[in-house]
Amino acid sequence: MATLTVSRAPLSGFSFDNCKRNALLEGEANKVGSNLPAARKTGTTICGLVYKDGVILGADTRATEGMVVADKNCSKIHYISPNIYCCGAGTAADTEMTTQIISSNLELHSLSTGRLPRVATANRMLKQMLFRYQGYIGAALVLGGVDCNGPHLYSIYPHGSTDKLPYVTMGSGSLAAMAVFEDRYKPDMEEDEAKRMVRDAIAAGIFNDLGSGSNIDLCVITKGKVDYIRPHDEANQKGVRVNEEALFQLTGDYKYKRGTTSVLTKMVTPLSLEVVEESIQTMDTS
Amino acid sequence: IVPVAGLCPQGAYGVQDSLRGGFSSVKNELLPSHPLELSEKNFHLNQDKMNLSTLRNIQGLHAPLKLQMEYRAARQIQRLPFLQSSHLALDTLRGSDDVIGFEDILSDPAQSEMMGEPHLMVEYKLGLL
Repeated sequence: MATLTVSRAPLSGFSFDNCKRNALLEGEANKVGSNLPAARKTGTTICGLVYKDGVILGADTRATEGMVVADKNCSKIHYISPNIYCCGAGTAADTEMTTQIISSNLELHSLSTGRLPRVATANRMLKQMLFRYQGYIGAALVLGGVDCNGPHLYSIYPHGSTDKLPYVTMGSGSLAAMAVFEDRYKPDMEEDEAKRMVRDAIAAGIFNDLGSGSNIDLCVITKGKVDYIRPHDEANQKGVRVNEEALFQLTGDYKYKRGTTSVLTKMVTPLSLEVVEESIQTMDTS
Repeated sequence: IVPVAGLCPQGAYGVQDSLRGGFSSVKNELLPSHPLELSEKNFHLNQDKMNLSTLRNIQGLHAPLKLQMEYRAARQIQRLPFLQSSHLALDTLRGSDDVIGFEDILSDPAQSEMMGEPHLMVEYKLGLL
């Protein structure tokens, strides 16, 4: 272990030691003409809706890294507590770590109070943390859940502002999803109608926004029950091209038929093996 | 370029301490390397200041006085400076024993790859250096 002369102990938490070096490296890279690798974002469509019995959260499943799809089936609906779930848009690592930290803190808090955590508590914790970091933590969240006061839905922006609304959308596809919501939302909908509407909103984001794609995940939260449907709808299946005008499905078939390559000679050599020892190892499935 | 308060060398007489701190560059010291650097360095200090001043306005001078005395006593319960202390009493007083934040997850000083030089650290703490 290397020792060095320090007068005080190293600080924990974020370390800004490498910021100047990074700025210098970026300047050097730009001079040559190349770019530093981009952080993985979720360029997303996420949305939430309050219906008669609770809250429905919906998200797409594409994660992008610049102009490349990094993950075709990532899970954007994060667990916060048994009755609260949170969709995250923005930088994937930021949303993941933020929701995990808040989930841990809520668990400790609920053990300390002895009650089921409230959505307002999670909202307050998230907004205070995001404001502390002045938007440098790029996490735009849709927080929804059902607690003792009923169903609640919040949207939380990276700089720390929050909105409490009956329907919210976030991410790059939020405008497409919001168009669907604004057209068809009614208060106190039934579950099936609400699920269809969330599915249509996310589908609008998937088909009209480059940053969103793949499948639609749904999370239905009611008092005492959570239905995490993943995937709810596979809107884009690999290898299946759906053409609505055509009567048949066009599939890209890349397998060659038997006989495409002609057989010149064939030689069969049987290998005679005799069983020397046979042992059975039972798996410990207790 | 507007110099930012709090970033200047914190040695005695406000001048950079070359013997202990090494050479310094004015350009490096003038501006923080990240807009959040200063705010994060003083975050807990500022939060405590705000809370204690509110407490003074509500309950009178005795409340923050007693609390700060307890903090100072709890802060002294630690091992030698180059070793990791748990700060259990301090954490319990501040209520940070049931809160998880980035300071518990990132750059945990207990797992830092570098160790301070024991003699120098103790001498610095005792003011002998």
